[in-house]
Order: sequence, then structure tokens, then C-alpha cells
Amino acid sequence: MKILVCISKTPDTTAKIAFTDNNRKFVTEGVQWILNPYDEWYALVRAIEIKEKDPSTALHLIMVGGADCDAVIRKALALGGDEAIRVNAEPRDSFYVASQIANVAKGAGYDLIFTGKETIDFNGASVGGMIAGLLELPFISLAARFDLSGNEATLIREIEGGEETVSVKLPLVIGCQKGMAEQRIPNMKGIMGARSKPLKVVEPVAAESFTEIVSFELPPVKKGVKLVPADNPEELVRLLHEEAKLI
Amino acid sequence: MSVLIFIDHSEGKIKKTSLEAICYGAALAKQTGVPAEGILLGTVSEDLGSLGKYGIQKIHTVSQESLNQLDAEQYIRIISTVAGTCGATIIVLSHTNTGRAISPGLSVRLKAGLVTGATALPETSAGFLVKKNVFSGKAFCTVSIKTDTKIISLNPNVFPVKTGEGSAEIIAENIPVGPPVVTIKSVSKATGEILLTEAEIVVSGGRGMKGPENWGPIEELAKLLHAATACSRPVADAGWRPHNEHVGQTGIAIAPNLYIAIGISGAIQHLAGVNRSKVIVVINKDPEAPFFKSADYGIVGDAFEILPKLISAVKKLKGVA
Repeated sequence: MKILVCISKTPDTTAKIAFTDNNRKFVTEGVQWILNPYDEWYALVRAIEIKEKDPSTALHLIMVGGADCDAVIRKALALGGDEAIRVNAEPRDSFYVASQIANVAKGAGYDLIFTGKETIDFNGASVGGMIAGLLELPFISLAARFDLSGNEATLIREIEGGEETVSVKLPLVIGCQKGMAEQRIPNMKGIMGARSKPLKVVEPVAAESFTEIVSFELPPVKKGVKLVPADNPEELVRLLHEEAKLI
Repeated sequence: MSVLIFIDHSEGKIKKTSLEAICYGAALAKQTGVPAEGILLGTVSEDLGSLGKYGIQKIHTVSQESLNQLDAEQYIRIISTVAGTCGATIIVLSHTNTGRAISPGLSVRLKAGLVTGATALPETSAGFLVKKNVFSGKAFCTVSIKTDTKIISLNPNVFPVKTGEGSAEIIAENIPVGPPVVTIKSVSKATGEILLTEAEIVVSGGRGMKGPENWGPIEELAKLLHAATACSRPVADAGWRPHNEHVGQTGIAIAPNLYIAIGISGAIQHLAGVNRSKVIVVINKDPEAPFFKSADYGIVGDAFEILPKLISAVKKLKGVA
């Protein structure tokens, strides 16, 4: 079994979101970078569980980014995985990133490619499906459970208004969400071991980007809360009916 | 040239999110001076021609029953084929579970730039600029699509459904449907419930509700308001409520017209999933709860005392005994 887990770095979930340079750049000063939670908690941990069950599994991690990503990659390696690959390029858009990952994966014989369902910064939810499209592999989005029996995977995926149990032959690409695995905290042995695991840096291939971010903006600030006395919830109902006209 | 809109359905009915996508696509077609066409895969019980009243001129159909279930590979192949024959330069779909499954593959196949989760009509006077949510609802960004063909997936509940006059021409496409790559073994759908991502009103409970046995009033209030129920992460993690009700940064992101949060303090991770709600009501006994800063209306007090009074006031308003 050979598994590739696609990871990405994102600002910490509590990071202050602000922009500079005429709203063209995200302010990175003081921002803690973490592994994208969907990549970490669900994709990576599920892949680690597979390797724990079958230690002959080769588990590789891949990230597209500059040298500033190495600390986050080491954190991922502290959780598990044999080695990491960093494609040394600024991620321009989801198609560009997917093209770089597909290029590394092409012909490398991966049975499973795991991604998180989306990143918590750009919320594109696109890279996994694009890798599948580029490699002409099936893509299971929003997977909440994954089981393997020989060459066949059984998954539970979220569909409109419910869930589906599906089976599909390997190889395939999976977008992982809550339910796939439980969050783990790396132990000391993992953290020490991560330092000596190979982190290969490869140069990018020529690839297009289809889109480009022009500017950012923050949502309008709320006017402030209108408080209703606790002994008079009828007033809240009146406000929602007459003022907000929502009920 | 045309705008091609993917029309999704469930249980024989066109989805509300698809009506939003049709209206969005029709407005975009008008804006760019091209016709609006739809594509529907599988079978529905509704009269498709009447969808013309939402501003769509033609609907391409592939009426094979096997397509009533999500088959991403076939959907991508068929939509791409129809996009080619009708010369679609813009493809519109909804940023729903189905949209997530097919839009990236469509982008690759059509070499078309994709913006997921759009929140407004594109700016097309100079270039093609689409606004979308980023940082899990904490900000917006404007994205320029540089390719000739463009794909937009529209966030649910951001574009109004408006009806006018007209009927759509139905074109049955003769496109062969191959065997599925992914075998569907079982499907479980909650029928009759209001989908959390589509709901206009959501009533949500947090740790302040103290235990799963106390959810009765939340469910009752939701039912009275035709609302969906939701919960915070600790509630889902404790198993008080199912995971598919968890809204927040790592759960589902929603944007209802009205979000009523009961016993939820409003951690930044929770806000990330709900701050696109148009109006937020917070009921919490802690006046320092951070959620009040993001709320439009609030009550500081004990939910267990407030809820029964709130429910009877809503009953009175709705004329329910």
C-alpha cells in the first residue's frame, strides 16, 4: 500500500484576519501557522491508522509551498508518515497546486491520495477533485468514513440531505471531513523522530493558474446588539417579526 | 455562447439551491448578453418547462434513472459534453455537497477557472471578478477568473429567487451513460426535515443546554419557525447531537437569514461557521459571552426560563394553540 496525503498550512483558527497593501495582502505578522485542520485531523490521521494496521504501508506527505512551510511539515511528520515532499513554489491557485501534486503522484503508484475537504483559509474545496481529474481517478468528496478490504474501499460520504455508503476500487482520491478519524497530539518520540525523516524538496513543473486573487475585504461591522430583558422574551418575538421581518 | 446552469434535484423535486443558481445564472446571462440554459440529469416529477419563469430559456436533460444518484464521473462527463455543444462560456452550480463533488473535476476537464462559494454576481465590466467567502466566513475576497470558460459555484442562501414569466424549451440529449465507477451500496436521507444548509432559520444549542435530554424546547422552537436545528462543536463531540448538526469552522458553514444561538458562548471557531447569517440572536446567561458582540438581538438570562416563554410567544404570533 502506498499513500499520499496532501497537506497545507493555514493561519491558526484564532488568528486575527487583517489585510494590508490596499487590501491585496493578508497580514501575516503575528500569525501562528498550523496544518490545515481537515488535512491533519482527518486525512493524515486516517492514513496513519492505515499504516499502523499494515506497517508495510509507505506513507508520504506532500505540500506545495516555500521553505517557510518546513516547520509545519515537520509537525505533520511528528504525527506520522515516512517522508515528506515539498514542491518549492508559491501556491498560486488551486489548479496550480493540484497540477504540482498530480505531477509528483503521476506514475508513482499511489493507491490512495488523501486530502482535507477544504482549507480553512481559502475554502476552495477544489484541490482534491482537481488532482482526481488530472490523474483520471475517482474522487470521493466529503468522506466521513473509510474502510479498506483488499483492493476495494468502502466509504461513507455526505450527499445532499444525507449520506451514502459507496464502494470503489483503488486507486482513488478522497476528500476527508469530520468522522474519518480523531484528532491526535504528537508525542515526544514522534517529535524527535520527525527531525530525521526525509523532507525532499522538488522544483515545480510549468503549470497554469486559472484564477488570481485581486483583493480582500472584511465583512461589515455589526451595529451592536439590541438586548431584550430576560423576563420579556415576547419583545424579542415582536422585534423579529416587526423590525427584522424574519418570522 | 451561453450560461449553463446545473440543476440538482432530490426526491423528484428541484432543490431550492438550484432555483437560486438558476436565478443567478439568468441574471448573469442578462448581464453578459447571452442566453441562460440549464442541464438536469436524472428524472423529476416537476414540470421542467415552468422553470422558464426563473429566466432560463432551454433545459438539456439526460433522463436516465441511474443519474438520480450522485455519480460524479458521469455528471462531469455529461455536463462537459453539453457545455461543449451549447457553447457555454460560464457554468453555474451550487456550492452544495453535489457541487463540491463535481465542480473541481469540471474545472480540469473544461480547463475553466473555478470559484467556489460565490456570494454575489460577478463584476464583468473589466475582466471577470467574483466575490467569495474566505477565512471561513471571516472575510471576503475578489477573484479574477482568467480562462475563457468560467465556473462559479454559488453559496446557498445568498441570491434571491425571483419569478417572472416564460417557459423553457426542453431538449432531451442523447448522451450515453456509462457504468458507474463508484458503486452506491446504501443511501440514508432524512426525509421531511429542513436541510441545515438550506434553512432560512436555524435554531442552535450549545453546552449551556447541559444535556441531550434538554433539547425538546429547541426542537419545538425550530419546528414552530420552520427552522433547522444545529449545535456547537462540544455538543456534537459529547454525542448529545449528531455530527451533521455541528456548525462552525470545522463543521458546516451556514448562512441563514436568522440564526438563534442558545447557550453558545460564541468562540471564534463557532463564529466562523455562522457569521454569514443575516441576523443573529444570542440567548446566554453570561453577559460577557463573546457571541453578544456579533449578535443583532440578545437576551442575557437562563435559557431554561426563557425558552418556554419564547415558545409561547411564537405560538401566539403564529396562531398555534
